[in-house]
Amino acid sequence: MKKFIAGLTLAAVSTFAWTINGTGATFPYPVYKKWISAFYNATGNRVNYTGTGSGTGIKEVAQRHVDFGGSDKPLSPRVLKIAKLYQFPTVVGGIVLGYNIPGVHHLKLSEAAIKGIVLGTIKYWDNPVIVKYNPDEKLPHKKIIFVHRSDKSGTTFNFTYYLSKMCPTWRKYYGARKLINWPTDAQGRGIAGKGNFGVSAAIKTNPYSIGYVDYADALKNHLEMATIQGSDGKFYAPTPKNFSEGAKFAGFDPKKDFYKVIAYPKHGYPIIAATFILIPQEKVNKDKEVTTFFNWAYKNGDKMASSLGYIPLPSNVKAMIRKYWEEKGVAPLN
Amino acid sequence: MEKIFKTLSQLSASTILLILSAIFVVLYIEAKPAIEKYGLHFLVDPRWGVTVQKNNTPNVANNTANSEVGGINVEDDDVLAAIGALSPSEEQKSDVVYGGLVPIVGTILSTLIAMTFAVPIAMGIAIFLAEIAPPSISKPVGIAIELLAAIPSIIYGMWGLFYFGPFIAKIFGGSSVNLLVAGLVLGVMIIPFMASLTRDSMKTTPNVLKESAYAMGATKFEVIKDVIFPYAKKGIVGSMILALGRALGETMAVAFVIGGVFNFPHKLTDPTVSIPVVLANNFAESSGLSLAALFYLALILFVISFIVISFAKFYFLRDKK
Repeated sequence: MKKFIAGLTLAAVSTFAWTINGTGATFPYPVYKKWISAFYNATGNRVNYTGTGSGTGIKEVAQRHVDFGGSDKPLSPRVLKIAKLYQFPTVVGGIVLGYNIPGVHHLKLSEAAIKGIVLGTIKYWDNPVIVKYNPDEKLPHKKIIFVHRSDKSGTTFNFTYYLSKMCPTWRKYYGARKLINWPTDAQGRGIAGKGNFGVSAAIKTNPYSIGYVDYADALKNHLEMATIQGSDGKFYAPTPKNFSEGAKFAGFDPKKDFYKVIAYPKHGYPIIAATFILIPQEKVNKDKEVTTFFNWAYKNGDKMASSLGYIPLPSNVKAMIRKYWEEKGVAPLN
Repeated sequence: MEKIFKTLSQLSASTILLILSAIFVVLYIEAKPAIEKYGLHFLVDPRWGVTVQKNNTPNVANNTANSEVGGINVEDDDVLAAIGALSPSEEQKSDVVYGGLVPIVGTILSTLIAMTFAVPIAMGIAIFLAEIAPPSISKPVGIAIELLAAIPSIIYGMWGLFYFGPFIAKIFGGSSVNLLVAGLVLGVMIIPFMASLTRDSMKTTPNVLKESAYAMGATKFEVIKDVIFPYAKKGIVGSMILALGRALGETMAVAFVIGGVFNFPHKLTDPTVSIPVVLANNFAESSGLSLAALFYLALILFVISFIVISFAKFYFLRDKK
């Protein structure tokens, strides 16, 4: 009853309570969910977001079935123009290399080691390239099992984008895709899991395996995470501090609709990526409600994001986004 | 009254045919772009989502094909196709090849493993419950089996992923998600189904028949073999067909444990994929040609189930006259 009355008063306070609907990327779903309920408690406005996948998010908003779409994969300015959409980032996440080698807890991987593992040229854990930076660990002569996603996913896209930037051979033969025929599969050393959850489970249940997972999921599943070499040659542990260090050097550009897959910044942890929101250009009134929600989240949601393992956008990027909204005429309400 | 009743039941029966043909038609229409492009070669092509340049050098070095970002080959086609803005010039630079052989083989193999594992066990359970066990045992066990049949498949999937898979990997080697695990989990899923249906049909054998056989001096084994099985044959085969259908189309549980790798299994403990798993994994994120290829796969699954089931029906249930 109390709740009901509280609800009534809330409804009375904000007489023009509104509802917006969105769908798309599953990766930011936990933080959006948290923001949505906090936003509802604070303002009485409803936001519905369902995690259906980036592809669906793009399709649905392109066909104007929803008020906003979420996508882990940014659309290029050219595509945005064709589809008549605006785009802005909301939050950054890190992708980590989770591993399971009995007895090894502080694995360090150089760029050469990561290249060798994904391309399948390094087949055993005791390969000198890996041992070089792990002199104190007892790396066994066991085959490396590489775990990847079995479903099409933005995480795979971001990870392969990072590989493309780091490794010319990868760029030449594979590129950045949501679904890849991994070279390790052909060697019989690859297995796949459905979703981040499936990959985490596969790593946990198969000794001598390694795979890429979102930081938030790796944290939840208590995976061992490798410390990896950044583009400046230094080694970075997968910690929120190193992720934000990377996000600072992201180089978002409002002129390009923030189009930036920010994997591989100059400094900081190298595999990080933002997730994006797409809004239809012509639905100005609904767009304003969408930006109101995200503006509120930029102001009040950083702690919620960090507690879930995401990295909030740096304040200069937030300022750029607010300016972008104003220029496009979709500035937040009041 | 009689007439209304007759038409009503006729109507409900015809909806089945209607739904069946509607599904077929929709699958065909959606799959058409892929059917036109790949034809029947789709059935024997093991490549899935492999980029091929127009001059047919396989796979590699199509740097200019897709939209480039700082020299990186980024796949943008599906997004453009999703919003219907793919310009024809872009379509022609490179080709993506989809072939269904790996998932087709994976589906058939996993179903075969499941049936080989499940049929003898299910028959054993049914015989025990129907003929051998006293009611004080057969009742609770029977209820337990029916409960097992009602467990949602996702639960089997999680169990397979976290406990059964690692257990099998310890015994047979290999990784914790593979063809064998998928087959066995499928088998476990269809056992209760088959067992309870078989038991029910065995129970329909009239006591007079059994008693006269015993009176002739037949042993229990002989009664089961020569009286009950022939009598309940239709029901038993029917239960197997239903179980087979379920095994062919099972998605969630298999998606968790089959491994999801587009590779032929060289041994039982290799990961591979099956048709329903490919559909579940890629449907949400696909568009354009890759979506059509998925529909083509769905159509193939539809046809496979249709052929297998009608063959089983025809072969086992034809009336011997």
